[in-house]
Amino acid sequence: MWTFLARRLMQSVVVVIGVTLISFISLQIGGDPTYLFVSESASTEEIETVRARLGFDRPLHVQYLSYVWNVLHGDFGVSLSYGQPAMQIVLEAMPATIELTIVSLVFAIGLSIPLGIYAALRRGKPADGGIMTLAMLGQSIPNFWMGIMMIMFFGLYWRWFPISGHVPFLEPLFEGDFSTAFRNLPQSLYYMIMPAIAIGTYTLARNARLVRSSMLEVLQQDYVRTARSKGISERRVIVNHALRNAWLPVVTMIGLEFGFVLGGVVVVETVFSYPGIGRLAFNAINQRDIPVVQASVILIAMIFIFLNLIVDLIYARLDPRVKY
Amino acid sequence: MTETTTDTPNVARAQSNGGLSHRRREFRRAVQSMIASRWALLGMLILVVVTLVAIFGPWLSPFDPNRQNLIMRLLPPGSPGPGDQTYWLGSDQLGRDVLSRLLYGARVSLLVGFAAIAVGGTLGVIAGLVSGYFGGWVDDVFMRLGDIQLAFPFILLAIMFLVVLGPGLVNMILVLGIGQWVTYARIVRAQTLALREKEYVEAARATGDRTPSILFRTILPNIMAPLTVIASFNVASVILSEAALSFLGLGVPPDVPTWGSMLSESRDHLLSNKWWMAVFPGLAIVFTVLAFNIIGDWLRDFLDPRLKENH
Repeated sequence: MWTFLARRLMQSVVVVIGVTLISFISLQIGGDPTYLFVSESASTEEIETVRARLGFDRPLHVQYLSYVWNVLHGDFGVSLSYGQPAMQIVLEAMPATIELTIVSLVFAIGLSIPLGIYAALRRGKPADGGIMTLAMLGQSIPNFWMGIMMIMFFGLYWRWFPISGHVPFLEPLFEGDFSTAFRNLPQSLYYMIMPAIAIGTYTLARNARLVRSSMLEVLQQDYVRTARSKGISERRVIVNHALRNAWLPVVTMIGLEFGFVLGGVVVVETVFSYPGIGRLAFNAINQRDIPVVQASVILIAMIFIFLNLIVDLIYARLDPRVKY
Repeated sequence: MTETTTDTPNVARAQSNGGLSHRRREFRRAVQSMIASRWALLGMLILVVVTLVAIFGPWLSPFDPNRQNLIMRLLPPGSPGPGDQTYWLGSDQLGRDVLSRLLYGARVSLLVGFAAIAVGGTLGVIAGLVSGYFGGWVDDVFMRLGDIQLAFPFILLAIMFLVVLGPGLVNMILVLGIGQWVTYARIVRAQTLALREKEYVEAARATGDRTPSILFRTILPNIMAPLTVIASFNVASVILSEAALSFLGLGVPPDVPTWGSMLSESRDHLLSNKWWMAVFPGLAIVFTVLAFNIIGDWLRDFLDPRLKENH
C-alpha cells in the first residue's frame, strides 16, 4: 500500500510540475509576457521597470525555475485590477467554489447511480428508454444554457429559486464558527440548487449511462447467474454481487468527472453571479488580469490533481486486483 | 517480366472493383442500419440540415447578420422589420436579426468542430502510432505528456492559452484541437500495440515496407473504426467547448456571430424577458450536439456490434 501511495504521489508531483510548465509556456507563447502585466497606456519606462521587476529579461530556464519557486510559495504576483496578491483573492473565493463543486457532484452521482441501476434492471422497457433518452439529452445541453433557462423559468417566471447570490457555509466553518455555518446551511443549499443542477446534469447523464452499461455487463456474468441459481433474493444478488463489481468503472469515472465539474463551475458561476473562483477568473479574463487568471487556473488544477489522487486510492482499496 | 507488367493493372483493377462493391455493400448496410434505428436517422437528418444551413447560410439569411438597426432593437419573434422583411426569431440588443446570426453561427460551430478534430486527430494518431509501434522512451514521453494534459480540466487549459493568445478562429481551433490529441493517442497506441505483432504487419515488414508505410498504410486503416466513433463524440464535445469559450468572451472576434456569444449577449436581457435571445441559440447548440452524440452511439453499435449488448 505504501509503495502504491508513494508511486502515485510521485506521479502527482510530475503532473504538478507539468502544470506549472504548461502555465509558464502559456505566458510565453504570445511573445513578451511583460505586456500582459502592464496597462495598455503604460509608458516605455514603466514597461522596462515591470520587465526587470518580474524578471522577464532573464534567460527562459531561469525564469521558469523562479516561476516554479513562486508558484510553490503561492506567489502569482499582484492582481492588476485589485492591487492585492492574486493568490489571496483566489483563496478568498475558494470556499464558495468547493461548496458548489461538492453539491453538484452529490447531485450528479447521487442520482445517476439509482437511475442507472433502475434502467439496467428495466432494460428494454419504457422506463429504460425514457431514462436513456433523457441522459442523451442531458449530455447535449451546454451547462451555461441550462443555467440561463433555469434562471428564466424557475428564477424569473415562477420565482422558486434565487437567480444569483450565495450564503457561505464553509467559510464560517473554516473559521470555527459552527453555529453560523449550520444556521446558514439550508439557505446556502437553497442558493446553490440551480447552479449545482446546471453543472451536474452532464455528469449525471453520462454517469447514468455508464452505471447502466456497467450493471448490464455484470448482470450477465457467471457469478451473478450462480448467485441467482442458489436461490438468493434478487435484491441481495443486485446489492451484494452485481453492484459490488459494477462499482469499479463508476469510481474511475467519478475521478474524471471532477474535471468536468470544475470546468463547469468556471462557466456556470458566471451565469449565476456566484462569487467563486469561476466568476473571479471570468472577470479577470475580461480585465486581462493575468496573475488572477493564472492563480485561479493553477489552484483549480491542483484541487483536481488532489481529488484524483484520493479517487485512485479509493479505487485501489475497492479493487483487490490493483497492485500496491 | 512482360507478364508481370500486364498482370499488375488487371489485379489492381480487380481488387479495386472488389473493394468498390464491398464498399457499396457496406454503405448499403449502414443506410439500412440507420433507417432501422430511428434515432440515428433523426440525428443524421439534423446534421444534414445544420450542414446545409452552414453552407448556404449567406443565401438563406434574411438580413446581414452584423447589420445594426437600433430602432428595431429587441423585437420579439415575428415582428415586422424594415420594408416587407420579418424578424422571424426576433432581434437582439443592437437590432440585428437573431435568425440570420443563428444561421451564420452554424458555420463557426461546424468549422471549429471538424477542424479541431482534424488537428487533434492528426496529432493524436501520429503520437499513438509512433508510441505503440516503437514503445520505449518515445512511448513514455507521449503518454506522460498525455497524463499531464488530462490532469488539467480542459476548459481551464483552453482559457489559459486563449487569454494570452487572444481570441480568434485559428487560435480557438488550435487550442481545442490540441486539447483532443490525448484521446486519439491513447486509443491508437493500444490498437497499434495489438496490431504490430499480427501476421499482415509482419508480412509488410518482411517484404521491406518502410516504417511510415507500415504505420499509415497497414496499421492505420485497420484502426479507423474506433477512431470514427471517438471523432463523432468529440465533435459534440468540441462544439460544447467552443460555445462555452465564446460565452466567456474568448471565442472568435465579435463581428463573427457564434451561438455561444449570442448566449453571452442574452444574459444582460434576461431580466427584461427577452427570451428569444437565449432560447434559439441554445436550442441550436443542443440539437447539433445531440445529433453528433446520436450518430456516435449508432456508429459504435454499427462498427462494433459486440458493444451493442450493453448500450
